[in-house]
Amino acid sequence: MTGALAKYRICDFTGQLAGAGATKWLAAFGAEVIRIEDPVRQGRWDILRGMEPFKDERRGIDLGGAFNNHNTDKYGITLNLRTARAKEILAEIVRQSDVVTENFAAGVLENWGFGYEALQRIRPDIIYVSNCGFGHAGPYARFKTWGPIVQAIAGLTFRSALPGQPPAGWGYSYMDHTGGYYMAMAIMLALIHRERTGAGQWVDLACTDSALTLHGAALLDWTVNGRATRQEIQPSSNRSPYLPMAPHGIYPCAGTDEWIAIACRSDVEWQALGGVVNQPWCTDPGWIVLDARFADQDRLDHAVSTWTRTQDKFAAASALLAVGVPAAAVQQPGERVDHDPSTANFGLWPTVQHTAIGELRVDGLPVHLSATDWRMARGAPCLGEHNEEILGRLLGLAPEEVAQLHDEGVL
Amino acid sequence: MTALTGIRVLELANERIAFAGKLLADMGADVILIEPPGGDPSRSYPPFLDDTPGPDRSLHWWHHHTSKRGIVLDLDSAEGRADFCRLAATADVVLESEPTTRLATLGLDYPDLARLRPELIHVAVTPFGRKDPKSDHPATDLTLMAGGGPVWSCGYDDHDLPPVRGLGDQGYNTGCHFAAMATLTALLQRFVSGQGQFIDVSIHAGLNVTTEGASYTWLVQQKTVQRQTGRHAATVPTGETQVRCADGRYVNTGVPPRFPKEFARLDAWLKSLGLDADLPEAVFLEMGANWEGPFDLSLLGKDDTITAIFAAGREALKLIASRIAAYDFFMGCQQTGLPTGVIYAPEEAYEDPHFKARGFQVEVRHEDLARTFRYPGAPYALPASPWRIYRRAPTLGEHTAEVLDALSR
Repeated sequence: MTGALAKYRICDFTGQLAGAGATKWLAAFGAEVIRIEDPVRQGRWDILRGMEPFKDERRGIDLGGAFNNHNTDKYGITLNLRTARAKEILAEIVRQSDVVTENFAAGVLENWGFGYEALQRIRPDIIYVSNCGFGHAGPYARFKTWGPIVQAIAGLTFRSALPGQPPAGWGYSYMDHTGGYYMAMAIMLALIHRERTGAGQWVDLACTDSALTLHGAALLDWTVNGRATRQEIQPSSNRSPYLPMAPHGIYPCAGTDEWIAIACRSDVEWQALGGVVNQPWCTDPGWIVLDARFADQDRLDHAVSTWTRTQDKFAAASALLAVGVPAAAVQQPGERVDHDPSTANFGLWPTVQHTAIGELRVDGLPVHLSATDWRMARGAPCLGEHNEEILGRLLGLAPEEVAQLHDEGVL
Repeated sequence: MTALTGIRVLELANERIAFAGKLLADMGADVILIEPPGGDPSRSYPPFLDDTPGPDRSLHWWHHHTSKRGIVLDLDSAEGRADFCRLAATADVVLESEPTTRLATLGLDYPDLARLRPELIHVAVTPFGRKDPKSDHPATDLTLMAGGGPVWSCGYDDHDLPPVRGLGDQGYNTGCHFAAMATLTALLQRFVSGQGQFIDVSIHAGLNVTTEGASYTWLVQQKTVQRQTGRHAATVPTGETQVRCADGRYVNTGVPPRFPKEFARLDAWLKSLGLDADLPEAVFLEMGANWEGPFDLSLLGKDDTITAIFAAGREALKLIASRIAAYDFFMGCQQTGLPTGVIYAPEEAYEDPHFKARGFQVEVRHEDLARTFRYPGAPYALPASPWRIYRRAPTLGEHTAEVLDALSR
């Protein structure tokens, strides 16, 4: 079996999650992804390289756990682009690549002499995909972002909140993940376009644009009905914003910081919940009809909480699911990684072999393709780990020539 | 021609996959949305045009089904199944989120369809994967987000408050992102093999690998991150990054200054606002500005001077934020070179000059209503293969005759 994307080579300048996450997908499907890193700054344009979490007591630029997670099965070479020779080598790699990817601030690659026009001169059908917070055009093109800033600007932070509280936002860079997904889509769409027309292109991906497409009907409610999501008192985002569902929330369970999510979509489900809970309020005549419950959620949530507080979150979720009520325990990381058959049986946490770290489990992919599935075997590359292999294979350089380039400060 | 021109997608209407169909349709695919007689339930989801319910007035429906054609087929009837098979023989992709055994029972599962059309790519998006019996349990965006990981990491420092599920059906969206990525991967592979294949997408798995540090901190160290107000969940508490500005709106203060030139610009901004007198630590900003070479960040918390300089950077940002409007803080910081963000409501971002200049506001004509509405625009710009809203969402059965007649010809 060859990988679905085995015929493609990616010249990859990406870093962090927003960029590296995109090329991780391609590498898992067999694309040859070559990370280009700066030897002088030890590849630190990806700050995750030497950052926590670490597997053991060792620290260093090759040992970052997040970096390993986002860069499985990629190759890594070093190029000191301050030197003319490194630029020549890069040009040759670009000539042999299908795609050039980066997620620098706007203008960085261009300053090195490798903007889109220069790339096109090297390879006319090159696909260049840049990913930055505000894109390469528009009044904020030069502004800097990272995940939480993108989420703040695009309204995602605002729409994650409880009443009377500041925004809770997202407790991680949802838009680094998701910006990476859009980057992967953009790369593949451009490759499909090239397969069908022979033409390359420059894809200008702005993470804030991608994020702003993720609000469902809320923006149309604004443009069509003039209704803003900013209100006098912000409603709980654990409730259903439009479609009546009640109860609909996250409720405390027995134990410390244990919670359950429950959603009743209909009166039938409400009655089924009543059968499990079996308390007087379940038959409250004021709550028989969905619209009435939907309008009285403060009191309703209080009643539901009195029951959930006495319940084990997993047992309660099972009991509700058994009678057809959507419910789920709020799972902690260890619970869903190590004790959840639905992730284990899917093969979601593959073990990779990292040259310096050793064996480590990583995020797999949540899909399976029946004929050409993904595969993860190798951990992230150590700094310059594949200099000899890649420069030998692509440029025909002998090991001693590679060693000399290293000594001359080119690699 | 655009990337997906002529690629035919059959989408069996289901709220969980609607956004995946939109991603393909807006890139030029011929997405045929198949509804049962009476229509898909999400046609009746609020909000509605002018707040008046009606099967063709749901803004939820409008948003998720742009650029698609819509037909009605009754897959529970022999005639409907025959029509579906004739259509499948012309299709490149089937996108569905049916109960796990339903299509096999109807004789319409991948092995049946692949016999008709070996090039077909069949994408099944289910809550827990096609082989997992849990996929047939009831689930909503809320319960998937709770079980799949995101909810654990989102909320407040005060853990008496429940964790929070962000809005926008991001659980479904995440499943749709992976469905689209997998579809594109299989389309590329088909250029090589000429063959289609079956794709099994688990929304639960998708959310599990969309939690950043929560998963990999466990995988690497078996440690559990804890939620914090407005910032990354972490194994140890981190400094606040969210500040309420003078106009009552919030900003994310982002990464505080780390380089001498950033301290210099921040110091200059503070002075230009006349606020330096209100910040006793202002002297440390000047020290930061005049620092020789880069800071040794490993000395943070150990070396008193470096620690005081960095604390002064944070305090200066907080002070400025408390004295000016959120938007002015955002602009001022970014012009100072500091990545900060105003915490916009979605409609405020939509009306912001940057997004307008990028063409994010897109007009869509609704001929039947004789009205034009503004829609959200492109998630990415592929100039040679432009994203576009080709048409408004279909009314019930709008293209049934057109699509089926074309098959008979």
